[in-house]
Amino acid sequence: MRWLALVLVLALAAVVVGCGADDEEQPAAQEDRPELIVSAAASLSDALTACSKQFEDATVRLSFAGSDELAAQIRQGVKPDVYAAANTRLPQELAQEGLLGAPVEFATNELVIAVGGDGTAVERVEDMAEPGIDLVIGAESVPVGAYTREVLGRLPDALEEQILANVRSEEPDVKGVVGKITQGAADAGFVYLTDVTEGLTGVELPPELRPSVAYGAGVVEGSEQPELAQQYLDGLTEGPCADALREEGFGPPPAG
Amino acid sequence: MRWFALPLALALVFLVLPVLAIFLDRPPGELLDALREPGALDALWLSLQTSVTALAIIVVVGTPAAYLLATRRFRGRALVITLIELPLVLPPAVAGIALLAAVGPSGILGGAIEDAGVRLTFETAGVVVALTFVASPYYLRQAQAAFGALDPSWLEASRTLGASPARTFARVAVPTATPGLMTGGALAFGRALGEFGATLMFAGSLAGITQTAPLAIYERFATDFEAALALSAVLVAVSAAILLSVKFVEGSALARG
Repeated sequence: MRWLALVLVLALAAVVVGCGADDEEQPAAQEDRPELIVSAAASLSDALTACSKQFEDATVRLSFAGSDELAAQIRQGVKPDVYAAANTRLPQELAQEGLLGAPVEFATNELVIAVGGDGTAVERVEDMAEPGIDLVIGAESVPVGAYTREVLGRLPDALEEQILANVRSEEPDVKGVVGKITQGAADAGFVYLTDVTEGLTGVELPPELRPSVAYGAGVVEGSEQPELAQQYLDGLTEGPCADALREEGFGPPPAG
Repeated sequence: MRWFALPLALALVFLVLPVLAIFLDRPPGELLDALREPGALDALWLSLQTSVTALAIIVVVGTPAAYLLATRRFRGRALVITLIELPLVLPPAVAGIALLAAVGPSGILGGAIEDAGVRLTFETAGVVVALTFVASPYYLRQAQAAFGALDPSWLEASRTLGASPARTFARVAVPTATPGLMTGGALAFGRALGEFGATLMFAGSLAGITQTAPLAIYERFATDFEAALALSAVLVAVSAAILLSVKFVEGSALARG
């Protein structure tokens, strides 16, 4: 059993050394760079990744997913410091449930049709109903999917049904929709204007079909650093993150 | 040995508690009700169909392939074994990307597949491809070990008595290696049943066509936690049944042999 004693001694030593290291590092890290966890809608990933490095008072850790999944995580007790969604409904719901501070609108976006390939497969909404066209959309629970259904609901019933019949996949977030189109797996789908990147062609929707896409965010109740979280939230409407959002094509929040 | 009890207890609690929580979070009646939702049963049924199909393909192709690997020594054999075991350690998202790059519409074989009039993405067939890709190494590994453990003199005897290699394979090797093959099949089936990332990325997610039970769990996580729990509970039960049957087969093989 001598080897066992050796293992125990080594393990003990590791624990002691580990604790020692923690004692030295942790207070320093906490004083200089606290960590701020931001759960944000997948469509915000480019803008927020770019600007969050400039946040001075904390190291920002970003978690991107479908807004609905992030909300579900918060409901299950996962506590980020800030929650930013691709709609205003989810932040409002969370606020009503006492899980989020008063939400603010910080950006707007536009729902468009993204077309892959040479961009000729779909040139207007009606083309999406053509037989042989493969569409991908967001799942109903995720904001981009809800907006998509809002648009389809404004179309004549027959057209809506034909378009839905061409849907080949319901993706858990907007990046899934974009990926399937850029990979050539699907011809077209509904995404946000800000997701129309290289290799995709964006087709604007006629004004009467356009849903109003506003982004809402709030400080998560129970955040251990509410002041920092509030500071980040304010930065979404004014400062580097607001600039980054405009640069990526997000519209400013409605005045007032 | 008393000192070993504590780590064992820790490991046990850590591994068992989350699985138990699936069943304890909500009353069993509610879980059963949540399963009555038609979409949930569709997803389970699709998972079962695609996993069984994938397993059939894996067994038909994998059994003779594993037999060859186990009984013949040839140049590059170690390399071949390593290559076919690679998907075993590949992250599912990598498997999804790899399948898209290989057999996706703009993948290197995408054109040829399209010319043949076959569609994989957004089709149930695509799910089967993803499952087969991630699950087959589990079977190949186990089958190869099972054939490798056979007494070579039996195969030799079969051959000297005039049986063709095919007959030796079918009448001697496969029956003797059956317990090991069944273990491999069960492991591959279990892996296929749980597949998530590669399926979502390669085949997509549409109820009734490509949305298998793990994908349905993910979709319901946001909107209907109860249904997600109920589906999870079924998968836990099926996985436990698979594991038990493996133990049983191994146990009875040991008892006999």
